[in-house]
Amino acid sequence: MIQRIKCTPVAEYICKVKFTINRNKYITHSIMKKLITLVIIGFFLYACSSNSNNDQQTKRSFPEEKARTSDANTYDPKRGEGKFDAVEISDQLDAKMAKEGETIANLKCASCHKYTDERLVGPGWAGVSKKHKPEWLMNFITNPDPMIDKDPELQAQLELCLVRMPNQNLSDADARSIVEFMRQLDGVK
Amino acid sequence: MKLKNYLLFGLAAATMTASFQACKPKGAGSAVSGDAAQRTYIPPGQHDEFYNFVSGGFSGQMSVYGLPSGRLFRVIPVFSVDPEKGWGFSEETKPMLQTSHGFVPWDDLHHIEASFTDGMPDGKWMFANSNNTPRLARINLQTFRTDEIIEIPNTGGNHCSPFTTENSEYVIAATRFSVPPDGEGDVPIDSYKENFKGHISFVSVDKQTGEFDISFQLKTPGLNFDLSSAGKGVSNGWLFMSCYNSEQAHTLLEVNSSKNDKDFILAINWKKAEEYIKAGKGKKQNNVRYAHNKWDEHTHTAKHEIKTEVTVLDVTEFEDLAYLIPCPKSPHGTDVSPTGEFIVGSGKLAALIPVFSFDKLQKAISAKDFESELYDGIPVVKYESALHGEVQKPGLGPLHTEFDDKGNAYTSFFVSSEVVKWNINTLEILDRQPTFYSVGHLMVAGGNAKKPFGKYLVAYNKITKDRFLPTGPELCHSAQLFDISGDKMELLLDFPTIGEPHYAQALPADLIKERSLQIYDINANKHPHKTNGESEARVERNGNIVRVYMTTIRSHLTPDVIEGIQLGDEVYFHVTNLEQDWDMPHGFAIKGANNSELLIMPGETTTLKWVPDRVGIFPFYCTDFCSALHQEMTGYARVSAQGSNVPVKYYTGEKTE
Repeated sequence: MIQRIKCTPVAEYICKVKFTINRNKYITHSIMKKLITLVIIGFFLYACSSNSNNDQQTKRSFPEEKARTSDANTYDPKRGEGKFDAVEISDQLDAKMAKEGETIANLKCASCHKYTDERLVGPGWAGVSKKHKPEWLMNFITNPDPMIDKDPELQAQLELCLVRMPNQNLSDADARSIVEFMRQLDGVK
Repeated sequence: MKLKNYLLFGLAAATMTASFQACKPKGAGSAVSGDAAQRTYIPPGQHDEFYNFVSGGFSGQMSVYGLPSGRLFRVIPVFSVDPEKGWGFSEETKPMLQTSHGFVPWDDLHHIEASFTDGMPDGKWMFANSNNTPRLARINLQTFRTDEIIEIPNTGGNHCSPFTTENSEYVIAATRFSVPPDGEGDVPIDSYKENFKGHISFVSVDKQTGEFDISFQLKTPGLNFDLSSAGKGVSNGWLFMSCYNSEQAHTLLEVNSSKNDKDFILAINWKKAEEYIKAGKGKKQNNVRYAHNKWDEHTHTAKHEIKTEVTVLDVTEFEDLAYLIPCPKSPHGTDVSPTGEFIVGSGKLAALIPVFSFDKLQKAISAKDFESELYDGIPVVKYESALHGEVQKPGLGPLHTEFDDKGNAYTSFFVSSEVVKWNINTLEILDRQPTFYSVGHLMVAGGNAKKPFGKYLVAYNKITKDRFLPTGPELCHSAQLFDISGDKMELLLDFPTIGEPHYAQALPADLIKERSLQIYDINANKHPHKTNGESEARVERNGNIVRVYMTTIRSHLTPDVIEGIQLGDEVYFHVTNLEQDWDMPHGFAIKGANNSELLIMPGETTTLKWVPDRVGIFPFYCTDFCSALHQEMTGYARVSAQGSNVPVKYYTGEKTE
């Protein structure tokens, strides 16, 4: 099974073309090119017009989709990409939450990650909570695919491991608990 | 330069405008119009407008296509085993194919119909019937899996099925090969007229869960019920069924059941039948045995039970339950118009199509405008009294009729190989288009609903001949897509089908795709042999039963080294897929197993039974490509001689001594 590529290049391209025309700042030659493209797109739309609604067809419904659309240029390698911005972390461990995190990790993560520094399928977890901000960790484990595509460190990691970290469908609370468990592994009391 | 730009811009605008013009009706002509390819082309990555659920006939399965592209997305196993999906091979699915005759690995899936709410498809379920060993199935449109199968007692050849009432209160099953009631079967076959009976089953559907229950059966003379259509709108509460073999012949039916000038459409007042059942008029029959198999979504396992009672109402004992309407020459399709007012009978050997009026039928019944003689105890309404009119010279061999959203009907003609469009009110023929070749069923999107979607018609042809590249003596049956949005039908596309497509349904994609399940939540998995994470993966021996609690994740199986199995053991691989990502099933297969593979969906537990036949090392592996290291997703099981002292041992990656 091959990873899906989720984007709608035609729709995006139409938007970009329209945008450039509105700005009207491109050199004439460029505008001509875009217009020719628009003519081609027009023919293309003509071809498709019997199947009613292109809008419907390009509409995506998957929750991770929103998070996937950002540009590689705006990617923040400290924060990662996803719904978490700044996660507040206490100096002290929430032992109950860490315990919950361990239960979830045993089911959904431990197949590939050891809790030591030893690599299995993916890297061991020792030190991970010190190396990364909690928002990066939570974004990565809830939104892995887009981050693997953009994050320089994750791309390097992929070259080593060759297996993309799966989306294990963790809730926000699950992700937070796992971070707490990682902190516990790294000695937070 | 500037002028050139304006010209180009104008051209762009013109082509954009033209794109809207393309929707307008096109002219006549049986040839494929020039833009047919564009009108069926769905660009890569984009979605079709309709799901097309198509019966797989003698394959026993149901297929799912997209319209207008004709692309095949999935084959859902229903009545036949499917080793690709482990259907009928995994321990969890085996009970689905159990019947009162034991495990039946194949059947002939004839028709499908959507579940309805207020006469419109609601996107919850598809119903399907099996003709050979009479059963009904319910397919879940969230999971695209068969959730339930119920056997139909007192019945031979459940062909007249699974048509449902306006709110899917009932799904109908009925006998096409009349037989003596269960338990009274050892009679001379030539005593047909005396001993053989028809049975019509009303199988209720729970609004929430969809669960089947045979509410009651109607017992009739030994007629052969062919097809049916429930009343809707003005005729809600009634059911119309075509029946042939009014001669009640038992041999050489080809000749002997085609003698009478007219056979019948049986009109049943099912609301009245409900009243009689409520009033306790039904007779309990306790010598029946029929299977009821249900899928449990929490344990991912089917449960099979045998039921032994059914309530039967003999229609000849009540004068206001059933009426026969004469219908020319072995009627096949009996189709009710969107308003519910018109009932179209298609006498497959007739040269005209009679259209009956529900209003006139009701008047004839109240006026007792009947033929002088009852037919085996059932009143026969006079043909002319119920008739709205006849479509004259429509074609040869009319079979089925569907409706569009503009008051038109479309009838398939097997013998003259064409689809004919006619007006329901005026009975005037408006268009005819040839089919390649010999169309059987046809389907208009929503063509059996109160408000048809129209737009597309698909003809499901019985004969293919030269339409595709030849593939030896056996050819796929072809489907042909027509655009019916204009005055004339336009052929757009041929596409191949599986088995023999009888009936089909087309539902707008939006009704289904948003609700389609992506994964099974592993926390909600209540399978008794689930492995809750890799740390619980293990091998347990109990006598000669060995249970392997195995997990899968990209890309290893745990455990992947198993020792301590002996000849004479029964080994159960309970495989739990720990993935929680969409489109991430893993497969499992082991050398020499007299079984299929397993295909385990994310979050699911599935079991493969393996009885090793020799001593040695048996590789097992993941069969569904899952990652760059899929090939490495393998393991070994060691089988030792019976009584060997090799201990049970298992691990992945490192030994656990």
